[in-house]
Amino acid sequence: MLESGTIITGVIGADVHIIGNSILAYALRQAGFNVVTLGIFCSHEDFIQAAQETAARAILVSSLYGHGEIDCRGFRDKCREAGLGGVLLYVGGNLVVGKHDWAMVERTFLDMGFDRAYPPETMPDQVIRDLQHDLGLRS
Amino acid sequence: MQVALLLDFGSTYTKVVAVDLDAVRLLGTAQAPSTVASDVTVGLRAALAGLAARGVPTRDPALLLGSSSAAGGLRMVALGMVPALTVEAARCAALGAGAKVIKGYGYKLSLAEVAELEALAPDVILLAGGTDGGDSDTILTNARALAATALSAPVVVAGNKSVSAAVVGLLQEAGKDARLTENVLPELNRLNVERAQRLIREIFIERIVEAKGLDRVRRQVADIIMPTPMAVLRATELLADGPPGAGGLGEVMVVDIGGATTDVHTVASGAPTVAGAVLKGLPEPRTKRTVEGDLGLRVNAVSVLETAESAGLLDRFRLGSDRLPAMVERLVRETAMVPETDQDHALDAALAAVACGVATDRHAGRVEEVWTVHGKVFVQYGKDLRALPAVVGTGGIFAYGRHGREVLAAATRGDPLRLKPAQPRLYIDRRYIMYAAGLLAERHPAVAYQVLADNLVEV
Repeated sequence: MLESGTIITGVIGADVHIIGNSILAYALRQAGFNVVTLGIFCSHEDFIQAAQETAARAILVSSLYGHGEIDCRGFRDKCREAGLGGVLLYVGGNLVVGKHDWAMVERTFLDMGFDRAYPPETMPDQVIRDLQHDLGLRS
Repeated sequence: MQVALLLDFGSTYTKVVAVDLDAVRLLGTAQAPSTVASDVTVGLRAALAGLAARGVPTRDPALLLGSSSAAGGLRMVALGMVPALTVEAARCAALGAGAKVIKGYGYKLSLAEVAELEALAPDVILLAGGTDGGDSDTILTNARALAATALSAPVVVAGNKSVSAAVVGLLQEAGKDARLTENVLPELNRLNVERAQRLIREIFIERIVEAKGLDRVRRQVADIIMPTPMAVLRATELLADGPPGAGGLGEVMVVDIGGATTDVHTVASGAPTVAGAVLKGLPEPRTKRTVEGDLGLRVNAVSVLETAESAGLLDRFRLGSDRLPAMVERLVRETAMVPETDQDHALDAALAAVACGVATDRHAGRVEEVWTVHGKVFVQYGKDLRALPAVVGTGGIFAYGRHGREVLAAATRGDPLRLKPAQPRLYIDRRYIMYAAGLLAERHPAVAYQVLADNLVEV
């Protein structure tokens, strides 16, 4: 259970959309990860404290209601302060309201310190492959 | 007639309750000033003599059990990693074992904290940190820090299972009495406090009773089997669930108002009563105890009075005399004082109503309204107790006071976002037997339940 590592998932901000996050958690468990699910309405502190206590290797943040940019601001800095500078940070969902060039959106989140950002309709398989790669579980 | 004598060695009074095991009824109660500092058996003999004077046979009882909160009670320190997670889980475990948590520490201990911990000289240290397979650095570092101190208190190791044997090993190498148990927070959303609580109780029986000068009682009189708050918690469970094979009252809250603290116990799931409410925060145990060290009717009477004043309670109890400050000072000075005049009773009731209101505010969960793009959502932290059917008051104020109902009603009202019982039945422990029922439940739960149910008074 613990060999692939512990992953934290949750939906950030005042966002109630849990279904995509639950599907992702299910797929991650199938792939051998120990998944700690925080559910909806997660604050930065919820994610960070959970990652500290469980020694998580990655935090996967979902945001579906379009306020992802404002909700995620400063998250990496807080992780660094909490001694989690090395934790992997992924974000995905409907990160911004309206139609935007995905490359620009992605750039915004990478600049905020996220290791990866995913557009809508990303399949869990891709996230799992990236995690395995980034955690050195496969080359 | 088979008689059970149930004793309690409190810091102020030594109490005794006699129960007829055959006829299933309360025979009588008595108390005498505690003599823990000198020879604890003196106060006990005086209490027993008081019982005998009322015609209760006290010789050769069929059962003799005791609880104790004397000499400061069971003083514990809780260590964990994240304050809102493993520190809280450790605190919760210690409180449920009947301890007084004198301090909680999060993350790696600083040098100043280690010095403070040594000065506090707790009876037992609960060392947690990390979920199973989670962080191991904090608990190992804190164990090394404890190993380097002169502390002789037993250390209950209840952290990350992956390193807990190593933690016990390095403490034992340093000559500490370290004992291994299960993690109090094995997964982030699962509290697991029962094993740790059982171990704390074993240590209490084995080591603490002796350390508190109560070993004379054990040798000469009775087994002291648990701290007093644990006995009250056991009685709360008994009242809620009933004896094996029978039903109880359902979910119950017990408010125990004392001279130095106010304890609140609930046996309740605390599940949301609002459809669609979202639960956040650490899950809480069905049997939950909280202790408020700033809400006592004697030791902290001055600050409680200030709160009573600002809450407008002085008018409700027709207080307002110029003598009030002097009266309150006397309460702090003479902690064993029993109210005599109407004014004394009114003052005690006002203080107790504040203690009851504030302590239950802190014990109960709360909701927050959050507006989302889908409308209003309720987020719940802690237990929703609004549908709780029964609240019981115990402590001297309910046994000897005159305003039990008014005091206990404070457990039901206040801030609307606090999830306190809305319309419970209110009962008071007029005969002061809650602790005794908890002790008796260890051996005769059906008798204990019946005697307790027969003697609680609905108000």
